Amino acid sequence: MYDAVLSETVTITGHEGDAIEAYSARPLTPGPVGGVVVIHHLPGYDRQTKEFARSLAVGGFNAVMPNLYSREAPGADPDDAMAAARSQGAIPIPDERVVAEVEGAVAYLKGLPNANGKIGVIGHCSGGRQSFLAAVSLPLDAAVDCYGGFVVGEPPAGHPLAGWQPIVTRTPSLSCPLLGLFGKEDKFPSPEHVAELEQALREAGKTYEFHSYDGANHGFMQVDSARYHPQSAVDAWGKILDWFGRYLAA
Amino acid sequence: MCTYLTEKIAISGSAKGGSGWFRVTDGSVYFDHPVHAPYGHTLNIDFLAPAQGPSARVAVELSAESARALMKAIEAVLDSAPPGLE
Repeated sequence: MYDAVLSETVTITGHEGDAIEAYSARPLTPGPVGGVVVIHHLPGYDRQTKEFARSLAVGGFNAVMPNLYSREAPGADPDDAMAAARSQGAIPIPDERVVAEVEGAVAYLKGLPNANGKIGVIGHCSGGRQSFLAAVSLPLDAAVDCYGGFVVGEPPAGHPLAGWQPIVTRTPSLSCPLLGLFGKEDKFPSPEHVAELEQALREAGKTYEFHSYDGANHGFMQVDSARYHPQSAVDAWGKILDWFGRYLAA
Repeated sequence: MCTYLTEKIAISGSAKGGSGWFRVTDGSVYFDHPVHAPYGHTLNIDFLAPAQGPSARVAVELSAESARALMKAIEAVLDSAPPGLE
């Protein structure tokens, strides 16, 4: 079986037409294959989220991850870029900007010569919320939310997201099937938050599948983290590849 | 969860990074996911010199317990130093 994959840093067009950095990983097969936009977590455009992109490419999908802090610190080390964005008051990144960056990533994926035109989105942690945000904002074919906080529930007073409306209210606008992967030990989102999101999906008549893992906490898929929970993460990756395989097929 | 919580301060002093000493002008203090420390959340401090670019940065990620011990140690040292030394 031919299994070559190419991964590299590329430039895509993001919010307001700006050129931003992105990490692309894609199988070197003629295709046609589906594409997936990967959204990194708050610590940034880091090694472990790039590994998400490479895993998707090995799984047979074109993947691209926009660097959401590209404007604040172009070309910087990912953790320095996060620190610069934080210092400049750019975190949290406004939702409008995130959606536009994802839109740019979608255009990049659709322009690849082996693309089949189907597009999914996946994100973890803050990127999980942003994956849901993208799926209620853009026409997509599949979405995966890995333990995204504040899709449901009002952020507490004093929190930087205070005043932001929970995007669960936008569930009727969800454009595609949603796979949700959660840890039962997580507090944001808690099992109650997950249940509320599931109820909203059910009431809106949306296609979804949720898996909540025993003993798994927030960040259970992050291999560099003390929160990594191998049996849950391995199962979750199987479900992710199956989900995209089901909904991004030509 | 990503807490997003950040306190920013203006600071005056120096820090030693990978390419030697540099003057720092800004600090960020936040409790959020670490990049390297083996915890879910840590108290993180960035000593920054934005005028010299994003890599002019010395960063620490401390367990909450370590951070509280550090605060006490800093206060104890400053409180016990003879007055007038600056």
